[in-house]
Parts: sequence; C-alpha cells; structure tokens
Amino acid sequence: MIEIKDLHKSYKMGSNSLHVLKGINFKAEKGELVAIMGSSGSGKSTLLNIIGMLDLADTGEYVLDEVPIKNLSETKAAQYRNKFLGFVFQSFNLINYKNAIENVALPLYYQRVGRKERQEKALNYLDKVGLKEWATHLPSELSGGQKQRVAIARAMAAEPKVLLADEPTGALDSKTSYEVMDLIQNINDEGNTILVVTHEEDIAHMCKRIVHLKDGVIVEDKKVEQVRASEYVQ
Amino acid sequence: MFDIERWQEIFDTIRKNKLRTFLTGLSVASGIFILVILLGFGNGMQNGIEKEFQEDAITKVSAWPGVTSKEYNGLNPGRRIRFMNEDFETIGYNFNDLIEYGTARVYVRGATVNYGPESLAYDLFGANPDFQFVENIKMVEGRYINQTDEKAYKKVVVIGKKIRDDVFRDLDSPIGEFLDISGIRFKIVGVYSEMIDEEEERIIMPNTTAQLIMTGETQVNSLEYTIPRMDNFEQAVATAKALENSLRGYLLKEHQVSPDDTSAMEFGNALEQAKRFYGLTNNIKLFFWFVGVCTIIAGVVGVSNIMLIVVKERTREIGIRKALGAKPWSIVGMILHEAIFVTAISGFGGLVFSMLLLEFVGPHVEIEYVLNPSVDLKVAVATVLLLIFSGTTAGFFPAWRAARIKVIEALRDE
Repeated sequence: MIEIKDLHKSYKMGSNSLHVLKGINFKAEKGELVAIMGSSGSGKSTLLNIIGMLDLADTGEYVLDEVPIKNLSETKAAQYRNKFLGFVFQSFNLINYKNAIENVALPLYYQRVGRKERQEKALNYLDKVGLKEWATHLPSELSGGQKQRVAIARAMAAEPKVLLADEPTGALDSKTSYEVMDLIQNINDEGNTILVVTHEEDIAHMCKRIVHLKDGVIVEDKKVEQVRASEYVQ
Repeated sequence: MFDIERWQEIFDTIRKNKLRTFLTGLSVASGIFILVILLGFGNGMQNGIEKEFQEDAITKVSAWPGVTSKEYNGLNPGRRIRFMNEDFETIGYNFNDLIEYGTARVYVRGATVNYGPESLAYDLFGANPDFQFVENIKMVEGRYINQTDEKAYKKVVVIGKKIRDDVFRDLDSPIGEFLDISGIRFKIVGVYSEMIDEEEERIIMPNTTAQLIMTGETQVNSLEYTIPRMDNFEQAVATAKALENSLRGYLLKEHQVSPDDTSAMEFGNALEQAKRFYGLTNNIKLFFWFVGVCTIIAGVVGVSNIMLIVVKERTREIGIRKALGAKPWSIVGMILHEAIFVTAISGFGGLVFSMLLLEFVGPHVEIEYVLNPSVDLKVAVATVLLLIFSGTTAGFFPAWRAARIKVIEALRDE
C-alpha cells in the first residue's frame, strides 16, 4: 500500500539547513496498523506530512497504492488527498461553525457527491462512531473525545485508502484515549490501513507494528502483540 | 457560478457567520448610501440655483439713472440723469435684434393707497405690458396689463398674490375690486405670483397711466430688457454683454456723460451674475463628485480590509478544507463568491434605500437653492458595480495567498 525508498527532507532555517529525514525506507501493506514513534524532532510528523502529501520530500521515492507520488501540483495533491487519504489531527480541526454532520460531509462535498447522498453517508459514519444523536451539535457543544470521533468519522467518510492520525490522543485523557483507540482498532479490523503517530507507549502497543524514528532514521521496526483497547473500556 | 452545491455551501457559511456578513454588508451599503445622497444633493443644488435664476428672467439687462460725478462737454458734475420715454423708444428701435422684450418702470412716489377704509403701504409703479415677460411673472388670477390699457391710459392695476392674501382674504377674488390711489379709483384686473415674497407686494399700473395721472412727466426710472432665446449659454452671455454695451453707448452719448463716469448710470446684467453662479454650481458638483469618489475609495478600502480580515480569520478553516481535498481555486472561488454575493446584495440594498429616500423625501425638500435632489440611476448602478468589482479585486489577493499557504502552516494558525 505504501512504499517509501531513501526519502530525504531538509528545511532551510536561514543560512543553516536542518536535515530532518535522512534516508527513510518504509513499507506498509494493506490492512496494517502502524505506530510511528519517536521523541519530538525525530521527524515523525514530517514523515506523516509527506505521506499525507501536505509536504514534499526533497529526494526519494514514494508510491501510494501503486501510484508514484512526485512532482505534485497543489491541485493534483488536493485530488489525491481527497481520494486516497483521511486525516485525524491532535487538535481535531473541525470547522467550528459547522455541526457534526456537516463536518463529516465536507470531504464528500469536495468529491462532488450530491447533497442528499452526503447527508446519508455522513449520518451513517456518525452512527459508526456512536454519535448519531449528536449530528446537529456544533463542535463547541461536544467533548474532546466526541470531537475526535467526529474527526475520525470525517476522515472515514471519504473512504480513503490510508488513514493518517497525527497524535490522535494527544489532547485527550487516558480513558477517552482508549475509546478513540478502540474505534481506530475497529476501523482497522475492517481492513483499513492506518498510520498513527504517537509518543505514548501504551497507545503504540495498541497497534500491530511499531516504527521507531530517531534523528531522521528508522532505528527500530517491529511487529507487536496488539493490546485491545476494549479491555480498558468499560 | 451556477453550481447549486456551492451556493448552498455559501449560504451555510453566511447563515452561520451573521455578524461578519452583517458588518461587511453594512460598510458597503453605507458607502453607497452616502455616495448617492451626496450626488443627489449636488444635483439638487444645481436644480435649485437654476430655478432661482429662471424665475427672475435670467436674460435680463437693465439700466438705472444716477448722478454724474465728472465734468463732461462743459457740463458740471452732480447733474441728475433722467431717462425719458424717448430713450426707451429709441433703444427698442435701434437694438431691435438684441432685444426680445423691453419695459420701462415709472415709480409713483408719495401716493396714498386705500381699499375702503384700509390704508395700504405697498410699492407702486408703472410698467409696460412686456414687464410680465421681462420679470417672468406668472398670473394667478385675471390678466396682466395689456396694450389697450396702455394706449387708453386705463386706470387698472395688477397686484401681487401676497396683497391678495393680506388685504382681500375675505373675498373670493379681488378681481373687479377698486383701489383708491391718491383719490382716483383703479380697478384690479389681475393677481400675479413671483418667486420672491417681496416681489409679490407690488401694485403695478400701465406706464402711460402712471405718467399721465401720477407723475405728470415723461420720465422713466429704469429700462429693462431681455435678449432673445439663444441656443447655448455662452452665446446668451455674449448677446447680453453686447446689449449692455449698446445701451451704455447710446445712453452715455444721449445724456452727455463721460464714458468713465461710473456713478451717472448703473447697468445690470443678470447673465453675468448667472454665469458666476453656474460656475459655482459646477464647482459644487465637482466637489460633491470628489467627496463621492473619496467615499467610494473609502468603501473599497473598507471592503478590502474586511476581506483581508475574513481571509485571515479563515486561514485554519482553509487549511482544513485543503487537507480534506479542496483545490486552491475552489478556495479562492468560495471566498470571492461569498464576497461578491454579500457586496452585491448590500450594495444594491444601500442603493435602493437611498434612491427611495431621494424619491420620496427629495420632492419635499424646500431649502433655498436646493430643489428636488435626485440622482441618475445609471450613475448609481455603475458605482455599485464599481464597488463590487474593486472589492472583489482587492479581496482576490488575500484569498489567493491564503489558498497557496501550505496546509500544515494553515493548520498551525490559531
């Protein structure tokens, strides 16, 4: 599903150049649930941004579902993001003046899905994350966990090939974190490929594979015994 | 533009950001409103001044006698100049091509005027039948003095409307009533109205009657003429000047006055004055346009500013939309679409409101020198379009820049 070869990325900081990714080789098959770990500055977010086409690599290859991703124009990148990728952010990034169902329906709007079908699909995904009753509530009326579940429903609504989650539990307490991870595991069980960036060990162990990044290189890549989040959820 | 989905998206956004929309709309609407009202009053002022001059025969040229101040041809200074009937007749004959209407005035001084037991104190003078056209007098009732009155020395008078309202308020009409002027009965044959109130407090009789019965002389107190209608204003001014010069030339020679004696005779030329006023109204109009254009510029700057703030405020939202797959052009389109919609609605709202105000209040405006303020619809619509266009252009650049911001940077924006 994802294939990355010898990926380099550096940022210009004035006259200095900061080398963030120093030759990443990484592969993820369909249906995997991968945790990307590392301390801050290790380059894990940069890697996720490049995979998410929010940022461009300097050199190296990146193939997503057999489509080589290179020389992307803004428009092309937007198209690919819309078609291939779903995002879940640490700070939820819901549009605050749109209610839950409208937020979930937004990627479908950019897929040019008709209004009625959008509403149906969005409600369906809200139901999946257990927030059907909250469909007409604004983000400000939802708790953090609920907001993140709306964000996950939104990411899933576009039916992406890969779900990218950047610290999805970073702003949540542990109980809510486990609920969110439970949801992510369920989505993964349905066969979706998911990449989770986190620096929390317990969250990482709820994935099937952990990739450790340090100073821009992968230092460890191991399969783990998945801890089911449902064990912690009453 | 006719994408129904986008319209729905825009309406959603507008409905959920009422304050932002309202403020944008208000600045546009008030800009247009102020502009239209200003232009309206500019026009009103022009109308008012034009009317003021039309009322009092704008093409009038007149001459009054005075006292000489210089020795000339062996005549001493301090000599009182007297215009006579012959002057009026000769001028009318000599300068026929420059004159449309002419009248002489004969003041009747020291006469007592009574209506029944009531004693009246109004201006009293004699005039020719053409006085009506020279002064642009409108008859309200009856008729004006005519040739027959003049030839037959008829004892008839016309009175101003104000006299009718003051003295004859108990009667249906003063026509046919008699005034006692120094013991002689004069029949009222007409009532006239004038633009200026004081000019309605006059009793006018035929010149011939005034001279025969009242003064017993062939002297007249002023000579007044109007020039024929001209195609354009400049031509009229030139003709009026020519007539004034002809009058001066003839009268100075006839009465043996030094050409540089300024006190012996006085000449009036309404057109010269009018020309100054026309210049003034043009300047006023120019000034109002200037203020209007400044208002428009302020409006454009205001709209641009709001656009800038709106885009800034929506940077994070734009980032989210882009992460979800919005293309840069769809972001620009969305922002501009909303901006055009809001400015257009509020712009035309301000236009309609100000036009209605001018339409309904305008005709009731009765300030001196301001008449029926109104504005050309074409000009007003053009300004609205200009505002929408420039607001959009000004909004395009921040929108474009926002659409180009990297998603990760936009999402970091708080």
